[in-house]
Amino acid sequence: MGEAENGGRDTDSVGLVTPRRIRIERPLTLDCGRSLPQHELIVETYGTLNAARSNAVLVCHALSGDHHAAGYNSEHDRKPGWWDSCIGPGKPIDTRRFYVVSLNNLGGCKGSTGPNTVNPATGKPYGPDFPLLTVRDWVRSQAMLADALGIDCWAAVIGGSLGGMQVMQWAIDLPERLRHALIIASAPKLSAQNIAFNEIARQAILSDPNFHGGRFYDHDVLPKHGLKLARMLGHITYLSDEAMRAKFGRMQRVNQFSFNFDVEFEVESYLRYQGQSFVDRFDANTYLLMTKALDYFDPAREFGDKLSDAFARASARFLVVAFTSDWRFSPQRSREIVQALIRAGRDVSYALIESNLGHDDFLMPIPQYHKVLRNYLDRVAREAGA
Amino acid sequence: MINLRPDLALICDWIRPGSRILDLGCGDGSLLAYLAANHQVTGYGLEIDPDKVARCVEAGVNVIQADVDEGLRDFDSGSFDYVVMTQALQALQRPDEAIAEILRVGRVGIVTFPNFGHWRVRLALATGRMPVTPTLPDQWYDSPNIHLCTVDDFESLCSERHWRVLARRLLDRSHREGLRNRMGPNLFSEVALYMLQAPEAH
Repeated sequence: MGEAENGGRDTDSVGLVTPRRIRIERPLTLDCGRSLPQHELIVETYGTLNAARSNAVLVCHALSGDHHAAGYNSEHDRKPGWWDSCIGPGKPIDTRRFYVVSLNNLGGCKGSTGPNTVNPATGKPYGPDFPLLTVRDWVRSQAMLADALGIDCWAAVIGGSLGGMQVMQWAIDLPERLRHALIIASAPKLSAQNIAFNEIARQAILSDPNFHGGRFYDHDVLPKHGLKLARMLGHITYLSDEAMRAKFGRMQRVNQFSFNFDVEFEVESYLRYQGQSFVDRFDANTYLLMTKALDYFDPAREFGDKLSDAFARASARFLVVAFTSDWRFSPQRSREIVQALIRAGRDVSYALIESNLGHDDFLMPIPQYHKVLRNYLDRVAREAGA
Repeated sequence: MINLRPDLALICDWIRPGSRILDLGCGDGSLLAYLAANHQVTGYGLEIDPDKVARCVEAGVNVIQADVDEGLRDFDSGSFDYVVMTQALQALQRPDEAIAEILRVGRVGIVTFPNFGHWRVRLALATGRMPVTPTLPDQWYDSPNIHLCTVDDFESLCSERHWRVLARRLLDRSHREGLRNRMGPNLFSEVALYMLQAPEAH
């Protein structure tokens, strides 16, 4: 299973998809020094791998993403996968030409081995015993997945935000295993401000009385309050000031002040809703792990803080995309990536997309954004003979 | 040379095969695509217009979406063999600063511009009107050109800043170097091509 069938909803949808589980039996040594003797990854694939195995594209997800990038898992789903606007027949990542692989990363909470899955050594969920991971660990795990799927070389590895960091790490660590690297709304490392936001999110979770040092599964409770706060904070950084103003302004639910702490302004209602709906679908330990992976990401570190020396090992061609209204990973951060790639003499194009929403714009079907992706990926497909 | 603009074709003659170039205001990337295909030249284009950026991506040309006025500061000194800017100088905020930046980033700079000393321009001004000519087709109110100069103005700027003129071509609008252009370049040439170098460069 795992192949997409058109459920007949839209002609440009991959239709109904069934995730599949892939078991990696080889040990994975992690940056923290520990190792996992085996692990499982949950994966969706769209499109067909060609005979030359040259048309495979890996999609890397961001902080709260997962394997369900496109299509629907059941007839009753209200919403399609998180990047459905971009993946499908005739869409920029065209499933008539590419074989698209999307996974839930190791340490995730949507079925891949992670804090909320059972530790075979104890028979209980890993919880805080699950090792903290780095972007590099993810790339190692994804390379094992590629082996399992029989893919020697990706036509392209694509990701936005934290996903873009995985793309950079792929290009540096396994240059012979990808031909194109598409880095969207990302940064070469977090700024102190970025880490500061992550730290507040972590403190919100860690200080929730229901967190129980990460062993909340044993107590049959969830640290909902802390996770909700973390998500509310995150959401502020995903939106631009302008977008919040346009969407909510100072709109109130009733036209007078109530002089209490109930929801009064629409933006409060929005954040509470976003926070609340997140706790029902996400794991607090995974959230902690993801924010640490973001904080640790710094591929230049082992190259004397010279990103261009890190990219000198790469051989892929690069496309870097940034959004004007993104302040979480601003265009300037993408320019740092571009500058290092130019110094390293790599092939790179950089597109700056006029946008309003903020960081979340990388998920939106902005015409110029999709035009650039489409034009770039059209060449990738032709090179791949697809 | 298929579909290559004549001034670009002339620039190609100046560029050594296998070199690394930066093309400022690269448009649809045709110069870079041509040089890559025929002269093993590598490099990047700078372009601000989103449609042209998308066309460069389509053509497989490395394009960096940035404004020439501020985009050059991201590049290291001497990091390119050539920095090329065609028909954009007169649209910049500070053409003199841009050329200084071009000569910092490139070991050699190549710039082209329309000659405002051409007789058609002078004739229009003599009759009291802003010129609208084949090389300067816009009206005064919608022209992108804010810093036009004559060939003599440009020569005097070069000598004032001690920029070395390695080569120059002064052409009519069919991009020929006819007798008239050689006799009275500031009066008869419509397009000027200059190859420059910073005084300290070798």
